[in-house]
Amino acid sequence: MRLYPRNVLTIEQAIRDAIVAHARRDHPDEACGVVAGAAGSDRPTRFVPMRNAAQSPTFYEFDSADLLRLYKEMDDRDEEPVVVYHSHTATEAYPSRTDIGLAQEPGAHYVLVSTADGAHEGEGPVAFRSYRIVDGEVTEEDVTVVSSYAEAG
Amino acid sequence: MAIEVRVPTILRNYTGGQKAVTAQGGTLAQLIDNVESANPGVKERLVDESGLRRFINVYVNDEDVRFTGGLATEVADGDTVVILPAVAGG
Repeated sequence: MRLYPRNVLTIEQAIRDAIVAHARRDHPDEACGVVAGAAGSDRPTRFVPMRNAAQSPTFYEFDSADLLRLYKEMDDRDEEPVVVYHSHTATEAYPSRTDIGLAQEPGAHYVLVSTADGAHEGEGPVAFRSYRIVDGEVTEEDVTVVSSYAEAG
Repeated sequence: MAIEVRVPTILRNYTGGQKAVTAQGGTLAQLIDNVESANPGVKERLVDESGLRRFINVYVNDEDVRFTGGLATEVADGDTVVILPAVAGG
């Protein structure tokens, strides 16, 4: 099924920075969240950091009540989860087997951030990569960071 | 009256693209069976031999059924049932 032909994630610098800051803050536990955007727009505009109910360095899961609240809110605003992000704190920014097995948003850009190797400290580079995960198949995509979406056209 | 069941994106290929379907039932298990008969394939994505799948969340009137009896949770006309896949990974 190829309902979402995309091969690039375009994201504003401020939102990218907010995701990285969240990952650094929660290190060594995995950080997670979404960036919602208008349904069908492919524009991630509303940064929503979520609590990792698992509070774990090797697993993340949105709390069940938070999950319901988030989806109702997106529904009310005619939004969808354009980006679903989480961090890996000891491994590279590539979907794990668990990530692939549990990915259930075929329309989302799955963003992986890695804070391994001390990247959580200071201003050092943090790996920031994006994938689509559909039916167990992972496709990495380019990430274009823009200062504002107006600039991206 | 009937029970409204809100279907997540990933299961809409079983419901002809519909975001919500309506069905009857006295318990969540019966409701799922009735949804299955009109939308074959959906049940297997929700339950396994031990009950509700671990990474599927079902809410009856905003209550997670894990805390209200799982598949035995009672439902009635006018209730709203929301199905949401967990957002989780490793």
